[in-house]
Formats: sequence, C-alpha cells, structure tokens
Amino acid sequence: MRVATNTKRNLITAALIAPAAAWLTVFLVLPFIAMLVFAFGERAPEGGYQPAFTFVQFANLPTRAAAFWNTLMLAPAGALLCLIVAYPVAYYLAVKANPRYRLLLVSLVVVPFWTSLLVRTYAWMYILGSRGIPNLLSMIGIEDVRMLNTPGAVLLGIVYGYLPLMIMPIYVSLEKLDRRLLEASADLGGKPVSTFLGVTLPLSLPGVMTGVALVTILLLGEYLIPQLLGGGKVFFIGNALVDLFLQSRNWPFGSAIAVTLVAVVVVVLMVAMRIAWKVAGTRQVDLV
Amino acid sequence: MTKWYRENAPITADKLADELMRLKRGSVSRRHFLGVTGLGLATAVLARQPSLFNSAAYAAGELGTQMSIATWPNYHDPATFESFTAATGVAVEVNVFGSNEEMLAKLQAGGTGWDLFVPTNYTISTYVKLGLIDELDLSKLPNYDASTENARFTNEGIVDGKTYAVPKNWGTTGIAVNADKIKAPVTSWKDFFEIAMTEADGRAMVHDYQLTTIGNALVSLGFSFNSIKPEELAKAEELLIKVKPHLYAINSDYQPSMRATDAWMTMCWTNDGAQLNRDMPEIKFVLGKDGGEIWSDFYAIPKSAANKPAGYALLDYLMTPANAVKEHIANGAPTTDSRVMKLLPTDVTSNKIVYPDEANLTPLEFGAAVTLTDPGRAELMARFKSA
Repeated sequence: MRVATNTKRNLITAALIAPAAAWLTVFLVLPFIAMLVFAFGERAPEGGYQPAFTFVQFANLPTRAAAFWNTLMLAPAGALLCLIVAYPVAYYLAVKANPRYRLLLVSLVVVPFWTSLLVRTYAWMYILGSRGIPNLLSMIGIEDVRMLNTPGAVLLGIVYGYLPLMIMPIYVSLEKLDRRLLEASADLGGKPVSTFLGVTLPLSLPGVMTGVALVTILLLGEYLIPQLLGGGKVFFIGNALVDLFLQSRNWPFGSAIAVTLVAVVVVVLMVAMRIAWKVAGTRQVDLV
Repeated sequence: MTKWYRENAPITADKLADELMRLKRGSVSRRHFLGVTGLGLATAVLARQPSLFNSAAYAAGELGTQMSIATWPNYHDPATFESFTAATGVAVEVNVFGSNEEMLAKLQAGGTGWDLFVPTNYTISTYVKLGLIDELDLSKLPNYDASTENARFTNEGIVDGKTYAVPKNWGTTGIAVNADKIKAPVTSWKDFFEIAMTEADGRAMVHDYQLTTIGNALVSLGFSFNSIKPEELAKAEELLIKVKPHLYAINSDYQPSMRATDAWMTMCWTNDGAQLNRDMPEIKFVLGKDGGEIWSDFYAIPKSAANKPAGYALLDYLMTPANAVKEHIANGAPTTDSRVMKLLPTDVTSNKIVYPDEANLTPLEFGAAVTLTDPGRAELMARFKSA
C-alpha cells in the first residue's frame, strides 16, 4: 500500500513538473547545446555558420575584453546605485507609509511597467538631448552641456529602468519585519541608527540580495539602454552580441561570447550568493 | 533656303549636339537640357498618358490585408503607404534598418516576413548567390520601364541577364555640417575626421555601418573606399579608434541628433542631407573632394516573402511616376527614372544637394560586393564599436 501511494505521489509530482521541464528543455537546454556547437564552428564565407571544430572563437575572446569589462563594471555599479535609491523608498513604503495608502503607493511603483521600456528610454533621449535639460541650463548661462550619449546617461537610464525591480523585493522583506524586534531593540537602549544597522538591515538582506542579483543578471544582458542613451559608444556585451549576429554575421564568435557570458554570470552569481550567505549568517536567501 | 521643319523645330541639330555635349560634360543640368531641347515637354506629354496601374483594380482579398517592407530611416513619404492602403486595402508595416549587413543577417536567419525590401547596389549579387531573392516577374510591374532608367544606377540589379531588383533612387554619402556651430571649412573626409577630434569634439557622428564608416576612414587616408587590404584596413582602424572617444554617437539614424543640434556634423546620405537642409538651412551637405560613396538603392522581393502579390503591388505602385515623384519630393533622393525627373519641380532638380554637378561625383566610388562579405571589414567594425 505504502509503495503504491509513493508511486502515485511521484507520478503527480512528475506530471506537475513536466510542463516546466519540457519548456526548459526546448527553449533553454536545446538552444544552449546549439550555441555550444556553433561556438566551435567557423564563420561561413558570406556570414553565418559552417561546421568545424576549432577553438579560434575562444582564442578571439580578448578582442571583446573592453565590452566584458564594461558589462562587469557597469552592471554591479548600476545595481548598487539602484539599491541606494531603492532602499529608502522601500523602507518608507513598508514601514513609514500610512497603511491606507500603501497599496496605492506600491502600485505607483509598478505603473511605469505598463509602458514599454523602449518608449520610456526614448523619452529620456529627449530629456537629456540638447532641447531638454541642456537647453534649460543654457537659459541660466551654462552653455553646450552634453548629457546624452555619456556613461552617466546610461547609468541614469539603468537606475530609472530597473528601480521597481529593486524596490519590490526589499519592500516585501521589510514588510514581513516583526515590529516587536524594533521595540525590543529600543527597549534595550538601541538608538535608531544602531537598531537599523543591527536589526532592520540584516533582516532585509534576503530582499536586498534578491534585488541586487535580479538587477545585476538582467543588466549583464542589457542592450537597449546603452544603445539609446550611450549612442552606441558605451558598449555592453549585449551590444557586442547584437553586432556579431546582425552586422558581421559571425555566429560562431557570437556563440562563443554568449557561452562565456553564461559561464561568467554563473560564477559571479555563485560568488555573490556565498558572500550573501556569510553576511546574512543565514541560508534563507531565496534565490538559486 | 531654310526648310520649314527646321524653322518650326525648337532647336537646331547643331544646337542639340552642342547642348548634348554640355550635358555630358556636366556643365548644364539634365533639366536645362530637356528644357532647351524640348525633349522634356515631349516626354512629359507621353508620361501623362493614363498608366496601366490607374485602371487596374485589385479584387478584394486578392492581396491580403497586410504586408511588410524593410527599408532605411526617413526614406519614404508616409502618405505613400497610406494611399496604397486606401487603394488596395493592404496595410504596410515598415521596418527600418541602419545597414545592409543587418538586412542580410535577418534574411539569412530566415523568418523576416518582409514582402519587399530596399538593398543597396553592392549587395544584390550576394543575395542572388545565396538564393535569398526572387528574379522579378516584370509582367507584374507594368509601371516599371527599364528604358527610362539610367543604366549607370540600374545595372547592378541585373545579374546574368535576369532582373532581380529595380532601382528606388540613387544618392551619395557626404558630410552634413551645421555651419552655425562649426566655422572651419569641411570639404573632405580628411577634414571630417580632423574636425571631429577638434572643433566638433563630442559632436560628430559616424554611421553604424561598416561600408561608409570604414570606407570614408579609408578615403581620408588616401585609400580606396572599397579596400580590403589588411594593411590599409589596419590604418583605418587606428584612425577610427583614435576618433571614437571624440564622437557623439555611432548611429545611422542621425537626423534626430542633427535637428536637436546634439550633433553638429555627421556622415550623411543625400536624402537626409536634403531633408535637413530644407528644414534647417544652416545644415550644409558637402561631398568629400577626396572621395566617398555614390550608390543606388533597389527594391527586391525576398524568396521567403509571405505575401508576394502585395509585394509586387506595392512595388508597381512605387514605380508609377505619379507616385514616385511624391516620394522623391518627400525624401529628397535623386531619381534614376527620366519619367519621374520630368515631373519633379525645378526647386528639386536645381537643388545641388540632390543633383550635384557631375564633377563632384567623379571622385566617388560605388560600393563593391566584396565589402559586404569580407570578414576583415566586418570584424574591424565590430572591434571599433566594442573598443
């Protein structure tokens, strides 16, 4: 009897997992295998792919060192900037805001997602372009300021675009915060700052780490914001990939870079999570 | 004694020969030639005959309800597509690209859904070789007339005697300069790259397109626009990487930046130059006296097109002189079709941006097929951008 129930339970589990497993096999595992195969191939004379077995694509990786470096610097930098801006907002929403308006305020954070990121980034192109802020500056005598197509514009676009993704996980972890712990800290003589550093911040770390990981991972594949606000000059790996597939039509080299990017992301993520677990002193990080 | 027909003719035989030679030397415009010889009037009268398309009516549903075209930025009069939709019931989806490489990449990957697209002269032979475009069925294009086309701009649409593409218009790749912002004279690609690093520091744009960006860098160094010699490409790469930190952007859609005066100088196609100069006279368009590109763009139908009947219908619509003339007035690119030329107003045909003097075209080169597929140029461009 017991064996039978176990089999039944296993069958149900299998049936529940099957759709997701099939989805991942068809849309993640198989394409990844195709990419691996391509990465060892050669560029066909007119572009594209032709079968071969060569390591030349991987040997060429250093030619994209600048793009890798930009991505590995600007993605975490963007995530940290997001965090600095997002934490106070999330704290206000979860702890300080009047509960009657909380739902409304949280929805307002999400509202920008109802419009395409492309359109919103285009709007920034006009705000930062000569007819936007620089025009206002010239009215008070500051001439010829250039804002668009600079690394600063890219960082601004990143913070703007990804802020909600950082606010939400932090908000969720702060909302669950047991207020009695704060009272206990105060009772024991903790000043607001030490209560925040000793109680609130550590307890919200899982949310912080989730937000940072989420934003960093998405930024590692970012293409649109550097393209539009960086003028094609601030170059991410995503932009290098687009170029390799759409301009030079070097699929094998593009595949090699994509495979390498996946490997780098996995390593960065594992290291980051290790550090997070150590800092948080807990294994409750709900990612990976 | 003079013959009566000589007295009535608008021009004498001697004078005609004289005018023809002047036209060939480029010292008079085609419009002037057609005007003084009376040929313009004669063909204009013929051209006003009702065309086949005007009487052709498509049965409802025959062409489907939608189609898609791949083309270049700021290259069509939106009203053209609207009136085509009004006439046929087919909605036109417009996809815009910044390089031929990108169009080729999309077609190689498959599943574009384009029923018509706009490749440049030097790419056609590769498309044919790769079997990506159809030989055109000219019987479906009654409004296209090969005999009124200027062969200089149409020959690359014909491969092995078969017509694979018909011309849209021709043009050049020059330099657009905002004269209010840049005082130094810009007359060559050598000037362009020097001023991009000095007076126009942070305000110059190059195309996101290997042919013109590498080609013009090569020209500025005294090499051929089409060079694929590794040592010459290495020098061009050195120049481009030196210029890169001074550039405003690497982008083929430069009109918004030039109009907003974010950018003060850019590599620029004829049609964009004409549009910018029309709206902002301080933006001048100059051809490099050291060289550069002359080109013609074509219409072709991908083998993979989903709605070929609509592709042919739109192509025929665009080949109809009465429709084409509106396109040319809107986009400012010179026409390859003498029927259209006759319908264009004088302010267009006398515009030196659109129809430059022949002497200024002499140093220019047509793009060569090899630049499209050469891995050296492709990789150079990718390295320049990711540097």
